[in-house]
Amino acid sequence: MTAVEDRKVTGFEDNDRKPVGHGRMLRKEDPRLIRGKGRFVDDLQLNGMLHLAILRSPMAHGRVVNVDISAAQAHPKVKLVVTGAMLAEKGLAWMPTLSNDVQAVLATDKVRFQGQEVAFVVAEDRYSARDALELIDVEYEQLEPVVDVRRALDPSSPVIRTDLDGKTDNHCFDWQTGDEAATDAVFAAADVIVTEDIVYPRVHPAPMETCGAVADYDAVEGRLTLWSTTQAPHAHRTLYAIVAGLPEHKIRVISPDIGGGFGNKVPIYPGYVCAIVGSLLTGRPVKWVEDRSENLTSTGFARDYIMRGEIAATKDGKILAIRTNVLADHGAFNGTAAPVKYPAGFFGVFTGSYDIEAAYCSMTAVYTNKAPGGVAYACSFRITEAVYLIERLVDCLAYDLKMDSAELRLKNLLRPEQFPYTSKTGWIYDSGNYEPTMREAMRIAGYDELRREQAEKRQRGELMGIGVAFFTEAVGAGPRKDMDILGLGMADGCELRIHPTGKAVVRLSVQSQGQGHETTFAQIVAEEIGIPPADIDVVHGDTDNTPFGLGTYGSRSTPVSGAAAALVARKVREKARIIASGMLEVSVADLDWDKGSFHVKGDLTKSVTIQDIAMKAHGAGDLPDGVEGGLEAQICYNPENLTYPHGAYICVVDVDPGTAQVSVRRFIAVDDCGTRINPMIIEGQIHGGLTDGVGMALMEIIAFDEDGNCLGGSLMDYLIPTALEVPDWETGFTVTPSPHHPIGAKGVGESATVGSPPAVVNAIVDALKPFGVRHADMPLTPSRVWDAMQGNARPPV
Amino acid sequence: MQVTMSVNGAEVSREIEARLLLVHFLRDHLGLTGTHWGCDTSNCGTCVVLVDDEPVKSCTMLAAMAGGHDVRTVEGLEQDGVLDPLQRGFMECHGLQCGFCTPGMLMTTRALLDRNPDPTDHEIREAISGQICRCTGYATIVRSVQWAAAEQAGIRTSLPEQDDSRASSAVGGAS
Repeated sequence: MTAVEDRKVTGFEDNDRKPVGHGRMLRKEDPRLIRGKGRFVDDLQLNGMLHLAILRSPMAHGRVVNVDISAAQAHPKVKLVVTGAMLAEKGLAWMPTLSNDVQAVLATDKVRFQGQEVAFVVAEDRYSARDALELIDVEYEQLEPVVDVRRALDPSSPVIRTDLDGKTDNHCFDWQTGDEAATDAVFAAADVIVTEDIVYPRVHPAPMETCGAVADYDAVEGRLTLWSTTQAPHAHRTLYAIVAGLPEHKIRVISPDIGGGFGNKVPIYPGYVCAIVGSLLTGRPVKWVEDRSENLTSTGFARDYIMRGEIAATKDGKILAIRTNVLADHGAFNGTAAPVKYPAGFFGVFTGSYDIEAAYCSMTAVYTNKAPGGVAYACSFRITEAVYLIERLVDCLAYDLKMDSAELRLKNLLRPEQFPYTSKTGWIYDSGNYEPTMREAMRIAGYDELRREQAEKRQRGELMGIGVAFFTEAVGAGPRKDMDILGLGMADGCELRIHPTGKAVVRLSVQSQGQGHETTFAQIVAEEIGIPPADIDVVHGDTDNTPFGLGTYGSRSTPVSGAAAALVARKVREKARIIASGMLEVSVADLDWDKGSFHVKGDLTKSVTIQDIAMKAHGAGDLPDGVEGGLEAQICYNPENLTYPHGAYICVVDVDPGTAQVSVRRFIAVDDCGTRINPMIIEGQIHGGLTDGVGMALMEIIAFDEDGNCLGGSLMDYLIPTALEVPDWETGFTVTPSPHHPIGAKGVGESATVGSPPAVVNAIVDALKPFGVRHADMPLTPSRVWDAMQGNARPPV
Repeated sequence: MQVTMSVNGAEVSREIEARLLLVHFLRDHLGLTGTHWGCDTSNCGTCVVLVDDEPVKSCTMLAAMAGGHDVRTVEGLEQDGVLDPLQRGFMECHGLQCGFCTPGMLMTTRALLDRNPDPTDHEIREAISGQICRCTGYATIVRSVQWAAAEQAGIRTSLPEQDDSRASSAVGGAS
């Protein structure tokens, strides 16, 4: 077949919205992936490669009394066995987390969650490494675990973080935002106050590819190459340099094809460090790939917020203020990946999409004997929790006021003339035009007809629900004056080189886990420089071959790195203009750009193409004064602000009155992510996020028993939607460009994960209205829906 | 022990441990890394291969059990440089994102179209319901399979009906 990059799907021309052309282009990544020729970490085979397996704690809290590795060391295929005590001798037993806490690489003093790393084995093959784990004899003294987050701060609770000097409780941090006094005043005078306890349970991103790494240390060169499942190769390299004491220029981190990330592959996990240590000590390449249970029980979970939300309003439904108190479970180590000044991520956008007078949030975060993490699963730095809170509260208000939930939202949405809008918690929404988005979702849904159908069905005792949610996200972290991770500013570099024949290579600091960067970024550059996307190679995920930047998460690739790609292309274009002026013997002011060529103003016959210019830039003969040869540029883009995509979602569910089984019949998603680059890829991102949302709303939860045993440690226990649990998605869009992004684009990768859970839950609660249900917590499994129908809705934890 | 089987039409014979799983035999011993491994519990289906034309989760089958049988993996779909209609359908209809589940999805739906060349959307969803995709939300996979079914039948005249976005207007003020 012909080269896929040259072809566009026909029939979607009207989707190819300007200013970014090429629209619904097929993906450059696909030809290798559909042939099974992807290059995932576990596909790597190196000469002499050894395999690493990790022994993990069977209990949530215990003192490590003794670790006997002698039998494992005697296994004929074992090359190395390492314990926490051995790492401690090298100063490697602890590593910094992305939140400036520390986390044990291997336990030395205590184990603090079930699944924590205790020792590792390096052996000749993966089966032998696993065999040898069973030969390690660990003696533990079991300690009382802290499982119930509500009791974590009780004076009687055992202290988990005895490793921290002077620590006498399980307190992690406090955080506030907004104006407490002003908010209290509005509440005191309000007609209506609705209060609801809302739990966003712990869930897990569970990408189809688990985490893993291959470390290859070359002792002669003193050079470490690490292939790893990372969403942030540059940030990881810097941290390895700090942790392992290796010079940064001798470390190369390669993030090859990644089988889904969703935030799970942002943190540095002990397994990566173990693989590095294994290679350092054996002098051979070492592969570590976790199994599914390890992934679910030990790597970055998401959510785990217990929220009390309050909303104040007038009796005719004008929302006045929001107040919330949050208890956040951060597990045994604060492994949250969030900008330093934002310990609760961007939860501050909990005021949502509404024109209100005041808002206040106070939060307390605690340690428990559970896996570390705290931000993952496509959440845009906690915006998922914030949007869920406000969108549930608005529905609770609609319930109390007996108002239609869509009408209530329409009455309170921010108006276009209010943008840029500074929220009551200090966020500057760059642009938005909310009502048309809401109306579009209602139009596609046939909202009024659905309400009529629902009324008829209620007469017959059938349970049909219609859920509405409206969200605003803040994505694209971030301006470096405010945002850094461990001191690394959240900017992104980009380099563009035009080769002599007019083909190009663009090098990104962000990395793809399936988002299609090789396609989208070629399209962005193509639009700016006039070279076809097929002639532009996108290089990413390799610290030796890309400029520094903070990586892909929080929907930041298009807002930050996409801006860098557009601007670097414009920089190259300006140099090309000078060279063209020499070629055409006119001044630069007399040249017009026509997407791919410069021509003399008023004379289209006198023109040079970008390809001509590229050859001239590298060729023989003089260039204009002061112009160096070559045609390339590099920039580092520091975003002026975040971008604020929004969307309106409507979900239709049917609940079986006999079994309480929920069926998601329809889901309508209208998204506004500003300028659209590749509508096919955008639609794919939305579809995936909607499925996440249905999963969280209906089935996904990482729960623990009273002893701290993880109850979601396999895909038999941690349920993820299959094709039978989700409908055929109905999508639409509006376009409100970002005023500060060079091409007007906003992030979209997490919009649907953020917006869909409240839509599904609102629909189910709406279906249960005849039972007097105003709120029920996720996951709304049949048994939990049944309980709600009996008046026994309970929090899941 | 010695195991001999046909893999993508070629006979292979190897000395293996009796406990070796088929997925590891294919990946580590034959270098066929297109077949992926994603769970230990037969839930995710990223490891699906065809054994005697039936979809099998290769993480749950010993390599020894495949002895004497015909195994087909994603690497065997392309024949003489011609892609399987499903491979083309997945590209045309955005049936993949990260691509990790894709080989398993392709093999399962290959078996589906072999026994049912004109499946309904629901039959496609049922066929892949033993597999998980975390990226696509499945709708584009269903479209991809329908594209391939039409392609195979030689009745492709237009693309399958897609999203509603064609009907939407840029009411927000596109520049």
